[in-house]
Amino acid sequence: MTTAETTPLTYPFNSSDGLALSEAYEQARNRTGLLRVCLPYGEPAWLVTRYADARMVLGDRRFSRAEALHHDEPRQSEGRRDSGILTMDPPDHTRLRTLVAKAFTVHQVEKLRPWVRQLTHDLLDDLEAAGPPADLVDRYALPIPVGVICAMLGVPQEDRPKFRIWSDAALSTSSLTAEESDRNTDELRAYMAGLIEVHRSSPRDDIMTSLIEARDAGDRLSELELVDLCVAILVAGHETTATQIPNFVLTLLEHPQELRRLRENTDLLNGAVEELLRFVPLGMGASQARYATEDVEVGGTLVRAGEPVLVAVGSANRDALRFDTPGTLNVARPVGQHLGFGHGVHHCLGAPLARLELQEALGALIARFPELRVAGDVEWKGQMLVRGPRVMPIAW
Amino acid sequence: MSGMTWKAEIDPGRCMASGMCAGIAPDLFVLGEEHARPRHEEVPEEERVLDAADSCPALAITIRDGTTTVGPRP
Repeated sequence: MTTAETTPLTYPFNSSDGLALSEAYEQARNRTGLLRVCLPYGEPAWLVTRYADARMVLGDRRFSRAEALHHDEPRQSEGRRDSGILTMDPPDHTRLRTLVAKAFTVHQVEKLRPWVRQLTHDLLDDLEAAGPPADLVDRYALPIPVGVICAMLGVPQEDRPKFRIWSDAALSTSSLTAEESDRNTDELRAYMAGLIEVHRSSPRDDIMTSLIEARDAGDRLSELELVDLCVAILVAGHETTATQIPNFVLTLLEHPQELRRLRENTDLLNGAVEELLRFVPLGMGASQARYATEDVEVGGTLVRAGEPVLVAVGSANRDALRFDTPGTLNVARPVGQHLGFGHGVHHCLGAPLARLELQEALGALIARFPELRVAGDVEWKGQMLVRGPRVMPIAW
Repeated sequence: MSGMTWKAEIDPGRCMASGMCAGIAPDLFVLGEEHARPRHEEVPEEERVLDAADSCPALAITIRDGTTTVGPRP
């Protein structure tokens, strides 16, 4: 086992203007022990890069998210985020999660499929009517998940320009000072608190109303938890999916043979989405450090109680010990339990919904436009926790 | 037989190995290479057993009290 202190490597490794996975990860996977890394802010951390280690840390209760609140958590931006449900452990985490889990199960979400399919067709009709070139992000990738999560949660879709700014800022990294970050959080909370009051006086059939009932009738969460949970659902409910749609399209366009296979056999669609979730490293780097609550050995390194561990899922998803030819995109790859949605108690609540949206968005787009192509410079987000095009002009 | 314990069952065809149940109740559920399973078929009559069933993103966990299904809750 290696416990020796070495100079921490500067992290994150990935660059923000593309979707490549840094080669530093492969080197890290092939060496014994964990890497020591240092983010722009917070204390140094251990970095997990292998699949087995990643699944262990994310699934093991000896690693805590709540402990991060008592430490100088490694992070990419100056501002500290009390990220609500993401900085909780069971049983608190379970209490909040079970309140909304039902709305996002496979069974429940599948009922939305016809409606989501219609949404994609309507947006494609609009795109065709407007003619090429068109921005895939603004006219397709964003409106799908935004439309869905707004309807489910009970947020007026016409407020999109407003919460878009807050949501961007919530995932932004170095561009915000701690004060700006705090102000942004306050504004988003105030907006959501206003919507909650509206729902309180006139209940409807949506997630916000059911959470208000859980608070007012069942006292199962505090008012601040209610507000933060709604904010988390709104932001997490659209940002990553809206980013992955253009990422997946771009990746398929860069792998024309795989795209052709997918066009020729649409039965491959759901498996192709899983493969893209594995293959595309969405994040700039690992975040949401887990703190060891006791000494634990991970991948040949003794992690001491109180030390933070970061899990690079993008790297774990390219681990040759788990996936054959991991660096190759193969839309017909057998199911392999990728970690694209994380793992353990914080496994993405909205995974079934994200899957459905990605399947419908991708399927409808490639079916409608056989000559789909990038028609101009892709402008990358940059300085965000997630990577992807901010603007992606397409033609067909 | 009802009384002290319920019975837990995980459908391996539905389970997507999210690790949710093993995270909520590691003494009752364990995650294998591909799927989760209950450590023992009999589970205590506790809220967290129902929480695990309710939280499963694949709805793969069924909790029964005799012949009555008690989890996931409707």
